[in-house]
Amino acid sequence: MKRRFTMKFQPESTKKPLTYHLIKDYNLKVNILRADITEGQEGRLLMEVEASKADLDKGLKFLESEGVTIIPLDQHLKWDKDNCIHCGACTAVCFSGALQMDRNTWEVNKDSEKCIVCGLCVSACPLKIITVEFR
Amino acid sequence: MSVKKTYSEINEKIKKGEAVVVTAEEIIPMVEEKDAEAVAQEVDVVTTATFGPMCSSGVFLNFGHSDPPIRMKKVWLNDVPAYSGIAAVDAYLGATEEKEKNGEGLYGGAHVIQDLLDGKKVKLRALGTGTDCYPNKEVEGYITLADINEAFMFNARNAYQNYAAATNSTSKTLYTYMGVLLPKFGNVTYSTSGQLSPLLNDPEYRTIGIGTRIFFGGTIGYVSWNGTQHNSNQKRTENGVPVGPAGTLSLIGNLKEMSSEFIKAAVYEKYGVSLFVGVGIPIPVLDAEMVKKVAVKDEEIYTLVIDYGVPKRGRPVLARVSYAELKSGHITIEGKQVPTAPLSSIKKARNIANILKDWILQGSFFLQEPVQSLPANNSVGPMKLKGACEE
Repeated sequence: MKRRFTMKFQPESTKKPLTYHLIKDYNLKVNILRADITEGQEGRLLMEVEASKADLDKGLKFLESEGVTIIPLDQHLKWDKDNCIHCGACTAVCFSGALQMDRNTWEVNKDSEKCIVCGLCVSACPLKIITVEFR
Repeated sequence: MSVKKTYSEINEKIKKGEAVVVTAEEIIPMVEEKDAEAVAQEVDVVTTATFGPMCSSGVFLNFGHSDPPIRMKKVWLNDVPAYSGIAAVDAYLGATEEKEKNGEGLYGGAHVIQDLLDGKKVKLRALGTGTDCYPNKEVEGYITLADINEAFMFNARNAYQNYAAATNSTSKTLYTYMGVLLPKFGNVTYSTSGQLSPLLNDPEYRTIGIGTRIFFGGTIGYVSWNGTQHNSNQKRTENGVPVGPAGTLSLIGNLKEMSSEFIKAAVYEKYGVSLFVGVGIPIPVLDAEMVKKVAVKDEEIYTLVIDYGVPKRGRPVLARVSYAELKSGHITIEGKQVPTAPLSSIKKARNIANILKDWILQGSFFLQEPVQSLPANNSVGPMKLKGACEE
């Protein structure tokens, strides 16, 4: 199974190679989508994890025991396609490739699998028809 | 014998339902297969279109007289100020004007225009000073587009002939009218329909001039003048296509007949409000020379990539690229591959070009020869402020 989480951790946890342990000891396939770590302050990692359910549960327990807070990513993007004019402004900022312009039809296409809910498209959309929603 | 057609001959064909009409994209493969003379024989009209954000847009409104009458000195529509320094109940509402107290999300003149088109009630508030002939000092209430006397869109600058593409060299995200520009050449944005764009298909303004009948916001409109900053002196390639921003058009049309499908309010974050305007212009195929112009393709249209990270009037030009390159999805700037994205809707532009084509095929739209050409030797100057203002 594939799941996305934001890991929130305190300065002391940054000294441990947490992702190393997740990969090595718990057999998780870890893909870091976004990292925001400032020394001496709280850090945040947005990651996608692929693993069996048993491994995933063990891995998450380990993180919690290390003082890491796990926030499952339950936000998703809502795009009001019916009112979209397909100008393409959102595709200019979508570096994860979730919103892409079809260069034959010149229509915007959305691939939710690739979306990391960074929110840049919400800012970029001139019609304000893209919003972030909680599931 | 070379083909020569007049406007009235083409209009006669339209009337009889015999005119051959294609879009500016459809004519490209035709010219690749046959010579220009043969295509000129076959095709009568080529339709062009664009659907992009055009800030220099707005509407003239006449509200009708209240009883007792008021000479409006200040006017607000849904709390967006309109200009009323003209006759008593006339006003001009600009697309980029913003609500005086914006809450969450920007709301401006463009939104009021869209609300009017959608048939919504719009709050009108006006203040006057009270005169002998206009004693009323204040009115407030709701109006709809159907309720008011006149409403016509009159835009000072639309349909830019070639616009520069934008990028950002700095380490900060920039929020501009060219969209969100990511740091360190994170992206490039461009705003054109390229080979479908009206003035790029008649680069030297042979058929598009004052009086030209057009598709405007879903109805019939007209070219009223050259647009502001009309820069016909721009450098051009061999085919006459300008290499950077050049000609512009001032357009006029009846708001009451327009549709919010082709007029859409836009917000560019940390910049402001703008208005997407749908414009379609038919180009008569008068001869083979005209065919060569309308056959222009993205590979042959070049523009400049400008660094919006430099906050000066003369922003540095980082590259010269064709629209084929821009539309491919990425270009190279200083050795780095940079993703590109459009800001004007090519899908909607195609839609407009096809609607205009249908109007002509159905005999409900005729070509109007310009009553006057656009100025041929116009340049754009900088602001020339002189001296300090005294109190």
